[in-house]
Amino acid sequence: MRLSEADSHALAGAPAAPSYLEDGTTVMSWINTRDHKRIGVMFLVGVIFFFFVGGVFALLLRFKLLQPGPFFIDAISYNRLFTLHGVVMIFLFLIPSIPAAFGNFVIPLMIGARDVAFPRLNLASFYLYVIGAVIAIWGMVHGGADTGWTFYTPYSSTSPTQVAPILLGAFVLGFSSILTGLNFIVTTHTLRAPGLNWMKLPLFVWGIYATSIIQILATPVLGISLLLVTVERIGGFGLFDPARGGDPVLFQHLFWFYSHPAVYIMVLPAMGVISETVCAFCRKNIFGYRAVAYSSIGIGFVGFFTWGHHLFVAGQSTFVGGAFGLLSMFVGIFTAIKVFNWVGTMYRGAISFKTPFAYICGFLYFLVFGGMTGIALATTSLDIHWHDTYFIVAHFHFIMVGASVMAFLAALHYWFPKMFGRTYPEGWGLVAATLIILGFNATFIPQFLLGNFGMPRRYYQYPEHFQALHVASTAGATLLAFGFLIILIYLAIALKYGERSAPNPWGSKGFEWMTASPPPTHNFDVIPTITQMPHDYRTHEPSGVIRVA
Amino acid sequence: MSHDAAGLPEGIVGHHFSSLARQNEAMVLGMWLFLATEILLFAGLFVGYSVYRYQFPLAFAEGSRHLNLTAGTLNTVVLITSSFTVAMAIHFARTDRRIAAAVCLAITILFALAFLGIKAVEYTEHFHEHALPGKFYAFEKVMIPGAAMFYTLYFLMTGLHGLHVIAGMSVLSWILWRTLQGRYSSRYHTGIELGGLYWHLVDLVWIFLYPLLYLI
Repeated sequence: MRLSEADSHALAGAPAAPSYLEDGTTVMSWINTRDHKRIGVMFLVGVIFFFFVGGVFALLLRFKLLQPGPFFIDAISYNRLFTLHGVVMIFLFLIPSIPAAFGNFVIPLMIGARDVAFPRLNLASFYLYVIGAVIAIWGMVHGGADTGWTFYTPYSSTSPTQVAPILLGAFVLGFSSILTGLNFIVTTHTLRAPGLNWMKLPLFVWGIYATSIIQILATPVLGISLLLVTVERIGGFGLFDPARGGDPVLFQHLFWFYSHPAVYIMVLPAMGVISETVCAFCRKNIFGYRAVAYSSIGIGFVGFFTWGHHLFVAGQSTFVGGAFGLLSMFVGIFTAIKVFNWVGTMYRGAISFKTPFAYICGFLYFLVFGGMTGIALATTSLDIHWHDTYFIVAHFHFIMVGASVMAFLAALHYWFPKMFGRTYPEGWGLVAATLIILGFNATFIPQFLLGNFGMPRRYYQYPEHFQALHVASTAGATLLAFGFLIILIYLAIALKYGERSAPNPWGSKGFEWMTASPPPTHNFDVIPTITQMPHDYRTHEPSGVIRVA
Repeated sequence: MSHDAAGLPEGIVGHHFSSLARQNEAMVLGMWLFLATEILLFAGLFVGYSVYRYQFPLAFAEGSRHLNLTAGTLNTVVLITSSFTVAMAIHFARTDRRIAAAVCLAITILFALAFLGIKAVEYTEHFHEHALPGKFYAFEKVMIPGAAMFYTLYFLMTGLHGLHVIAGMSVLSWILWRTLQGRYSSRYHTGIELGGLYWHLVDLVWIFLYPLLYLI
């Protein structure tokens, strides 16, 4: 898309300040920065690195599962690998992925601020991420853990592997996540540009706001639970040890009180990304702004009352099971509202089928598929059949990889020109998107079938008649891996040799495009005054929607 | 520089805030959110306490009876008084009485030390009686199922609270230093207020711990 005439006119008038990338190039100027954009970029590098680490673990697992018997790796390494795959993907990739990387970069731009409310705290959050990662990696190298990422007691307090450093790493990462969330809430409350009231707030900001509430209210409970398991391992305190009167199920309650809402930490920002990109690539204002905004808060709220659906077979009463099942289905209502509105936005829009749009399509399909299986799983009678089988594995991968990673990739492509001022190769982008969406289906649809036939999750060996489906799943995972590798390569090349992009290559009317791409360190020469809704394509005013005060 | 920060020491208002008032608003909101996370951190332990108290009512009652009630009560008085002195410090800082504010902060820090001292005496007693958590439990006077769990929770809850007392003391010492430097005045006193808020939280958690552990 071309830059509109009014746009280039608005931008040409601005004095040329150096972009945040050129404002200091030494290592110190990065690691000692307070600039939310640089911190966002550093987070982006971190999460992409760990995405590939977790991905390699997944590939090793899938490779072993080609054969029903012992093959390639022994059972204990297999147990370690699926644990580390989960820990890395959740705590080091998914939780910080969209909020800490893209949220940091675009939220101040979207609300017309010069930075987040607490820039130093923001940098501290990044350092906590690094420290947590180092502790966890140390644990992985020195023995790893074989408990699964859920750390269920009493096994996690007695396992001979190095569970303690991994728990401690996750604990520190939790604080990084809390500080990021706290910063975004305060930023949204206190740093909005003049004229930007809550009902003009970009929907990505609404999504991150809801996410931040969950991060603040749920993560401390995870922190204390992990700390208690650590104390139990090291000190033998017996809090979750049945031999000493402890209750292992109490740990499950505490753990899922965080970890179920954590699913919404992973998916709400993704929904925010889709709300932004669907407007930009359909050139249409969002259908049902309020419904989309409030449903984010709705998901954040209801998400706190659904944790019991992880305990359907842990001795919970039928009544409690039914109540949690019903509450879980409310999430489906809020999600459906969003899906309806995104499709409504596309209807009669001028769709431009660029790479981010391909991921939007993938996202919608995976979210609906994963969400529908989630409704089925919230039904206690069905869950008893599917609990702890590959069906669950496939279900949550549809949400976490299907939905969240698609949105992450949509965001990466949509904001790549914003962040780095370069264009990525569109053709390769579409090739990779096709590979990923096909590969993902090939990986996880067989797993739905496997689970339904009774294959339990986390098993090292399996009966021979499951082999065909396992081979199909591994083949799919290989396709997926190729897709991600292609993206890594072309983006790395585009970073250096990519064509310089226009300040607003998509002609998007999202507020983050009000300033240059890449933006100068201080974001705006003059803080803009907001007069329009975000993504208002009905008028021909510049996307800047700026009327300089 | 924003209009309401003229004449204040350099660096008080961040470049990204339009005014000092707006920055104060942000800082206070940030502190309240942080306090919410602290409360939820303790909430996990309070849930554990409720569950096991429900499961072992007798052992919890017995265990509670064998705690040092005098020391616990004294500590409650010490902490409540320290909350008062920190509130006075804020009052004096707001009314430009710098030395009085510093003295009040110093008294608060001394109270915090007194609290830790009394707690250390209690812990020593428990060590001598082998009233210790989990697998180390060998307290002869209370040998009923669940008694070890009471002491596990007692140590975890008071231990985590103790760490917060130490953290609070460090924060207050830093604020004392800033007060002596003359950073807080009737025009700018957000920093000292935030320190006070944190100290009140430390106090408040104890207000819940005291009856749960010592009285009921």
